[in-house]
Amino acid sequence: MTAPARSGSLDLGYGSKLSGDAVFSRVTWVFALVVIVGLGAMAFEMAGASAPTLSVFGVEFVLGRVWDPLHRVFGALPFIYGTLVSSLLALVIAVPISFGVAIYLSELAASWQRDVLGFLVELLAAVPSVVYGLWGVFALAPWLRTSVEPALAKSLGFLPLFQGPIQGFGMLAGGVVLSIMILPTISSVSREVLRSVPSSLREGALALGATRSEMVRLAVLPYARSGLMGAVLLGLGRALGETMAITMVIGNRPEISASLFAPSYTMASVIANEFTEATGELHLAALAEIGLLLFVLTIALNVVARLLVGRVGRVAVRGRL
Amino acid sequence: MTDRTNVVRLRDTAADSGELSRDASRPRLEKPDAQSVKMRTVGLRAFYGDVQVLKAIDLPIVERQVTAVIGPSGCGKSTFVRSLNRMHEVVPGARIEGQVLLDERDIYARDVDPVRVRRRVGMVFQKPNPFPTLSIRDNVLAGLVLNRVRVSDPDALVEKALRQAALWDEVKDVLARSGTSLSGGQQQRLCMARALALEPEVLLMDEPCSALDPIATARVEELIHELRQSYTIVVVTHNMQQAARVANLTAFFYMGELVEYDRTDTVFTRPKERRTEDYITGRFG
Repeated sequence: MTAPARSGSLDLGYGSKLSGDAVFSRVTWVFALVVIVGLGAMAFEMAGASAPTLSVFGVEFVLGRVWDPLHRVFGALPFIYGTLVSSLLALVIAVPISFGVAIYLSELAASWQRDVLGFLVELLAAVPSVVYGLWGVFALAPWLRTSVEPALAKSLGFLPLFQGPIQGFGMLAGGVVLSIMILPTISSVSREVLRSVPSSLREGALALGATRSEMVRLAVLPYARSGLMGAVLLGLGRALGETMAITMVIGNRPEISASLFAPSYTMASVIANEFTEATGELHLAALAEIGLLLFVLTIALNVVARLLVGRVGRVAVRGRL
Repeated sequence: MTDRTNVVRLRDTAADSGELSRDASRPRLEKPDAQSVKMRTVGLRAFYGDVQVLKAIDLPIVERQVTAVIGPSGCGKSTFVRSLNRMHEVVPGARIEGQVLLDERDIYARDVDPVRVRRRVGMVFQKPNPFPTLSIRDNVLAGLVLNRVRVSDPDALVEKALRQAALWDEVKDVLARSGTSLSGGQQQRLCMARALALEPEVLLMDEPCSALDPIATARVEELIHELRQSYTIVVVTHNMQQAARVANLTAFFYMGELVEYDRTDTVFTRPKERRTEDYITGRFG
């Protein structure tokens, strides 16, 4: 037999200075470093590119309400407002639905329903955002204009939110499109978070005579609370950065209006719309600074999400961050 | 209050139908004591998907006695107790055939709500599972809140339940703390207090000491001993000494079958079956 030869070949690794694992570890370390360096370089570059507006406008840039590239006046507040309000609106619509989906999928559905529905919900995330935008233009906005917004104005018109001219394209359309886009994120992360709740807690509640809904309220949701919060923040992060779909339906007018019917503009949209035709250095710098603000905003949000997500569902949520 | 009336209704219908559907062909187990039978299973078979884990079990649970269910791992003893309060069906794909009678009323009958069954047949699990987001006090009250039982003096009830579970002296000053701040043994007694607060008629315990250290185990065993004055208790254990210490009656399960059921001293000193003798003398399992 060739046993001695075989054991000899097994010994080969001992002589070399770097074992296979050490090489592997260094190579992957370099890749990991690329991400960090890339992020740092991005922040640095954007800060550099936005230096002109930083020095000309200072904090006025964030507080200014006028955006007039022709007269070289740049105030980003309408975009910040548009981004925040459309994202919050999306959360208001998407969070209850997502939690409902997640609770159904993790606590109530039969296993085949779980697979099919879970797949369909995840599929929503796979639809390109421009397709959502087209749907918003051709289906959602006309529907809002002819049915939803008149009904809202009629029933809730005493609120400033639902006053003013009805146009279809505007904050409400943007919020609805965003809500559909963040629904898969929030619901699939929430489902993972709920699944990570120990089944012993569920059984403990059931054994005390809890119904399924009482079990969810008593044992599942309290335990998953911080993880669910993380899921919501992940959804918010996606909504803040979404560009294409919302650009197509929000109306793209840099105005601050209390009405959800009025057109608005988001930070991501103005960068996408104006970057290629920017008139001069200051305009470019202004767009870069908006990018920087968006960058800082989303990073801050992710940090908060990480801090909020407690021991539950940490794995599930962090996988998505 | 609706709960109370429902319980009464349950009993009434049991008296009305009075149907036991006794299978004459099955060997009748003689009652070791002349006491009343609180629960009994009739041809109980349990499945996980296509796998049968219990084979036609007929076993009485005698009122105000401690019945130990012993047997090697995988013999179906946990499945058996979980079928006594309809917790078996909580696992996807799990199902039951046959009957489980509580006061001679089949808890698997169509019109019986499992929630009501679990209210009457409480359970303590292998791993202590207090609700981590609730305080010690609220853990004890959780079952009552769930079942919308109005309590005139919740503090007195919390104290009573914790005293019954021999935990009061250790936690009376920290009732507002989280249930999971306690040690494992304390958590398990908290879970017992939580079950006892509902005043169940039967208390099922699925290996209640297997996650506990010897001292905590001794306390829980002591407690089981005291509780048998007022409760009907079924305790699953793979620890034969424990069965001998706490139970008056013992059922030996092997590979999904009920091999032997008798008074505990009889099972341990003069078992009728060869398999029982082999198991208790440590020849397998």
